[in-house]
Amino acid sequence: MSRLQVVSGKGGTGKTTVAAALALALATEGKRTLLVEVEGRQGIAQLFETEALPYEERKIAVAPGGGEVYALAIDAEQALLDYLQMFYKLGSAGRALKKLGAIDFATTIAPGVRDVLLTGKACEAVRRKDRGGRFVYDYVVMDAPPTGRITRFLNVNDEVAGLAKIGPIHNQAQAVMRVLKSPETAVHLVTLLEEMPVQETADGIAELRSARLPVGRVMVNMVRPEVLDGPGLELAEAVPRSSIARALSSAGLGGARRGGHAERLVDPLLAQAEEYAERYTLETEQRAVLADLGVPLHELPLLAEGMDLAGLYALARELRGQDVS
Amino acid sequence: MSRGPESAQAQDPSRQHLSPTRSLDIDPLIEDPTTRIVVCCGSGGVGKTTTAAALGLRAAERGRKVVVLTIDPARRLAQSMGIDSLDNTPRRVKGVDDSAGGELHAMMLDMKRTFDEIVEAHSDPERASAILGNPFYQSLSAGFAGTQEYMAMEKLGQLRSRDEWDLIVVDTPPSRSALDFLDAPKRLGSFLDGKLIRVLLAPAKVGGRAGMKFLNVGMSMMTGALGKVLGGQLLKDVQTFVAAMDSMFGGFRTRADATYKLLQAPGTAFLVVAAPERDALREAAYFVERLAAERMPLAGLVLNRVHGSGADRLSAERALAAAENLEDSRIVDQEDGKAGVRNSPETYGSSDSPTSETAEADAERSVDRLTAGLLRLHAERMRLLSREQRTRDRFTALHPEVAVTEVAALPGDVHDLAGLRDIGDRLAAGRPELPETP
Repeated sequence: MSRLQVVSGKGGTGKTTVAAALALALATEGKRTLLVEVEGRQGIAQLFETEALPYEERKIAVAPGGGEVYALAIDAEQALLDYLQMFYKLGSAGRALKKLGAIDFATTIAPGVRDVLLTGKACEAVRRKDRGGRFVYDYVVMDAPPTGRITRFLNVNDEVAGLAKIGPIHNQAQAVMRVLKSPETAVHLVTLLEEMPVQETADGIAELRSARLPVGRVMVNMVRPEVLDGPGLELAEAVPRSSIARALSSAGLGGARRGGHAERLVDPLLAQAEEYAERYTLETEQRAVLADLGVPLHELPLLAEGMDLAGLYALARELRGQDVS
Repeated sequence: MSRGPESAQAQDPSRQHLSPTRSLDIDPLIEDPTTRIVVCCGSGGVGKTTTAAALGLRAAERGRKVVVLTIDPARRLAQSMGIDSLDNTPRRVKGVDDSAGGELHAMMLDMKRTFDEIVEAHSDPERASAILGNPFYQSLSAGFAGTQEYMAMEKLGQLRSRDEWDLIVVDTPPSRSALDFLDAPKRLGSFLDGKLIRVLLAPAKVGGRAGMKFLNVGMSMMTGALGKVLGGQLLKDVQTFVAAMDSMFGGFRTRADATYKLLQAPGTAFLVVAAPERDALREAAYFVERLAAERMPLAGLVLNRVHGSGADRLSAERALAAAENLEDSRIVDQEDGKAGVRNSPETYGSSDSPTSETAEADAERSVDRLTAGLLRLHAERMRLLSREQRTRDRFTALHPEVAVTEVAALPGDVHDLAGLRDIGDRLAAGRPELPETP
């Protein structure tokens, strides 16, 4: 089981939610996980219903069985200043650099420096050991940038190592790359059963593979329950409306005669079934596309009540049940 | 599609509390000749690109000469508009109804190319090739933080100054935060002609001048620190790049400011695009606040993928109870059916009658099963509806001043002009199209 679990996915697929559920799922049986946010959106804090996370590892949840989930929102600027302090004791020069806009430059504009710092911080947490030589975190789960940028984000160290041919950034970049390209890392992609996210997932996997980054699992999120299957949908097209009206009426929903309550429900219900059928067909197609990717697939249900803390624990249970942890 | 919002609401008073305080009228906005730029923004995965394309098509078919600038369209949508080749210039879209005298052009942003073009346009060929070949430039232009946002705004400025179109519809980049495109031009601009640049340029510029010696020492200390962090070669690449770009810096800043002002101008309208989901609407609320703080003109909120139901007076609870009822009675029927077969006197006389009765009972059972399925489907829909309603009510409570238009969810993706036209109709209708009722 890889100790760095990177979770990416197209915008709107719920990658932050899946990352958080995975961190919870991995924290069972007294394990400790670190959930890392790199995009400064404070999505983790919102999900766990706590105040905004500072640039500091803090416990945000307890998992069933006594495990703990810590969270960290990595701030690139702070990470750079820490880093400068750690390696160069650049206290005042660091401030001067900040005043000049160099820190801003390094963390927002300079090619890749920001991404190097973010991935570097996550890799540092993966490798960190306590005094007894035991890993501080059993797992590190990263809520990573979206699928379209993930390969570039993870691979940035290669590029930076090429740009900065010597110096500490070069060394750090290479050290990070060693972790990221090893079995220590698994990159999971979150998708929906819709055409665009599935297409992006396929593209993302191809890109990750060609960059020799380890592809983990595909998590299909927000899967709606199957209410009617293929034969049921065929029947919906064939059955006379009056029979459905009678069935509705017998279930206590009003009169089946023309204009009766039950009869007036038939058309809207069939219209909804038609939309469902269309979606069902599309979902079947997308499932087939995903199955062809040669990556383990997991499906997570759509939570009827929307996403909240209870839902997060439910998803974590689901992931554990599917042996993802 | 034919039913207007009023008649639909009159038909169903229970939905009236669902209506936003203000509804956003798309047609007057895109038909108004003084509307010159529409910017679609919002978080990722909410349908920004589709909304931008649909608005562009609708405006064109209503007689305007439109160009749509998209950032990252779905492949099939791009193909259907004929903009899948990356040549970074607007192409006329075929298949648009031009009877009202309008035209639709579209382009997909190629950020590297846009950057290259700026370099080529603002420096002599020798200097341009030095910049284009610089490794630092190559990384910067190929898409590090901020470049895409900056180039989108740069392209917008270019399209606007060409003045060939009377309406520009812009899709914004799928940023980590939806706000980046507002900041990026300023950030890049302030870097490119800020203090840091002067420090980086210092060795080349002031080196050797005795009077500047003190300053020079300070500078080299600073570049030394930078060199330590970035690595000497990278710093040298940056310095070469900066030196080569020196002549263009003023221009970057001026254009970034001009684009920013353009966004604040009265001819510009921002549309915040969202889906009725918690995260997307939270981002939308944040965006609304940020646009107000920047004094950017917000036209309203486009709420995509809203669900409706033609049977929304049947609650989820009642539908589920009825479904259970049908499933239970099926079991009872089964027992009754057997009893019927046993007890009926006719069954003894005829050989095929029991079969036909069983067949009939079977058929009835499968209709019951189907109906129960339809009811469960409806219950699911009603739950979704109430969830969407809660999320949206929260937004409306926070921002009652924001006009809203809703677009009904489609079962699949939009791939062609017909699909975009449909979205355009839905955008203009302003509320979800309900499944037809008799």
